[in-house]
Amino acid sequence: MLIEIKERSFEPYECVLEYQKSAGFSGKYGATSVFVGSMRDFNEGDDVQNMMLEHYPGMTEKYLEKISQEAVAKWDILDSLIIHRVGVMLPNDPIVLVAVWSAHRAAAFDASRYLMEELKSRAPFWKKEALTEGERWVAKNT
Amino acid sequence: MTKAVVTVKFFASLREHVGKAESEILASDAQTVSAVWLLSTNNMELPENTLMAVNMEYVDADHPVQQGDEVAFFPPVTGG
Repeated sequence: MLIEIKERSFEPYECVLEYQKSAGFSGKYGATSVFVGSMRDFNEGDDVQNMMLEHYPGMTEKYLEKISQEAVAKWDILDSLIIHRVGVMLPNDPIVLVAVWSAHRAAAFDASRYLMEELKSRAPFWKKEALTEGERWVAKNT
Repeated sequence: MTKAVVTVKFFASLREHVGKAESEILASDAQTVSAVWLLSTNNMELPENTLMAVNMEYVDADHPVQQGDEVAFFPPVTGG
């Protein structure tokens, strides 16, 4: 289980491969579910130039660990990886990676969905968008 | 020796609204999270939907506060 907050751009698919190589479940996994959330260049009808992602150091990690442990308790999964960006990012930049490994697909699918939904509703992150004219805080998650 | 204070943190739009990221109040002056809000913001109205945490766990406004606690106020989260 790994949680990581990154201040710089990252390549999610390389992170999946790298983690998979070093993790202790070689030969045991039959399913890998990978979700990548990326930054759009539009939101609520406006063009978005860039986005600043803020977090609460300490509490954010704590909640990502908490939901990862909940997923392990709920489903028969082998391992999970969550990486989330903070700082200023541009359209197409990956914001979040959630990867789950399990012996069979159902657990990996269900647990990765759970991790994403819980991350969005409980982990303290906030987005501020820079529009063509001015800035605005994203008021709520869709 | 632990100082008899409570550390207060504000994040995102709430930090801008309140005009500061952090402050300290005397623990003896506030027994609950809502009292901490009033003291640390000079009696500002608590915006609707504000989330609150004590020592990095979500709590309600009437949660008790003790010296050494870290109390945080922030808007609904928008990560992912």
